[in-house]
Amino acid sequence: MAKTHVTMKVNGAEVEGLVEPRTLLVHFIRENLALTGTHIGCETTHCGACTVDLDGMSVKSCTVFAVQAEGSDITTIEGMANADGSLSALQEGFRMMHGLQCGFCTPGMILRAHRLLKENPSPTEAEIRMGISGNICRCTGYQNIVKAIQYASAKISGVEYKEAAE
Amino acid sequence: MIPGSFSYHRPASVSDAVKLLASLGEDARPLAGGHSLVPMMKLRLAAPTHLVDLHGVAGLRGLRRDGNAIVIGAMTTQHELLASDEIAKALPILHETALLIADPQVRYRGTIGGNVANGDPGNDLPALMMVLGATYRLEGPSGARDVAAAEFYQGAYFTALEPGEILTSVTIPVPPSGHGYAYEKLKRKVGDYATAAAAVVLTMAGGKVASCTIGLTNLHETPLLAAEASQVVIGTALDAAALKQAAAAAQAIMAPAADARGPVEYRKHVGGIMVMRALERAKSRLA
Repeated sequence: MAKTHVTMKVNGAEVEGLVEPRTLLVHFIRENLALTGTHIGCETTHCGACTVDLDGMSVKSCTVFAVQAEGSDITTIEGMANADGSLSALQEGFRMMHGLQCGFCTPGMILRAHRLLKENPSPTEAEIRMGISGNICRCTGYQNIVKAIQYASAKISGVEYKEAAE
Repeated sequence: MIPGSFSYHRPASVSDAVKLLASLGEDARPLAGGHSLVPMMKLRLAAPTHLVDLHGVAGLRGLRRDGNAIVIGAMTTQHELLASDEIAKALPILHETALLIADPQVRYRGTIGGNVANGDPGNDLPALMMVLGATYRLEGPSGARDVAAAEFYQGAYFTALEPGEILTSVTIPVPPSGHGYAYEKLKRKVGDYATAAAAVVLTMAGGKVASCTIGLTNLHETPLLAAEASQVVIGTALDAAALKQAAAAAQAIMAPAADARGPVEYRKHVGGIMVMRALERAKSRLA
């Protein structure tokens, strides 16, 4: 099958490549761009491990073709740190609140939470749980992921994060 | 899991999309949000040799008020439906239902057109469109036509769409203000199709049901309008006896498949419960 030339912006950098139409965006990101922080979990649009930010939307990159991302603006976990290399509020939240154990779901969780907080900077706990309902974690039981996102929400709003009593 | 090979087309207009689909024949499929088709392609349960991506087609996205109806472009995503104040106000049941479709990431891509045109009995919007009396605009090589949602579904994945036709918009009459509504969906987990679901829109006058429409999702190979069940509650105060009669009348037309969501008897049983819950909640919301 003839290959198609694609160009897009990934983590602020213009990138290009030759792909078959059937090449999934996640394979382009991992194999052509060697950005392996975006994980492949279920490959069936359920688990959310491959979530990236595409033109202001959280999408499961295993269910979008690379050719469909022509001209788009994508952020992956490799683009989440602050410009000076320090951890972003969300990354810091996951670290401080122990929001990960094995870490496999973490890039997808952080990218999804990134868009959630852009749309709703101060979500309630219920809104956070609904907001990450397309991402599966098999380690944490979600408790500390929710706290990590609350931590980031507080930090972005410039207030100190106080854990709710359990 | 990698799909079979295909050629990718990205037309810029409805007429170009229709021309492509007509000339490429049966091995071509239109691609909307892709969140039903692409997983099927990865499992090799679908193997189109041409995909006609509708994302580049101008004018298929967005919604507008047209008199007493709301017209929604086929490529409008569920996320956009949820973000619309117009929908939340005029068609709150559509807001409620969209929130129960799949998960946030899928809703950024999944479209109203794809959901209603795919013919999957598990999709949530078809039964709702039948309840709301929606019509679908279909455009093909021989022009455009409007088909009522109630006339559109012929079997699992079989619809009134002719080869080369695409669904371009959905027109939904706005129900009377203050109407009661509810979409009750039983599912095993977030992202799952319904084990059973029921949509209800009703009005009451003087404490009695004046009008009522009930739709059923994933309880037959097509979405269903439960006309008999609607009839039995009209004129009642929706007391316990009326609810039970409605559930029984709805169960009489259910013919769900036995699958991982449960055996036939179970799915009919919970289908009846969804009907009763939807009626009760619709009543509680009457303004």
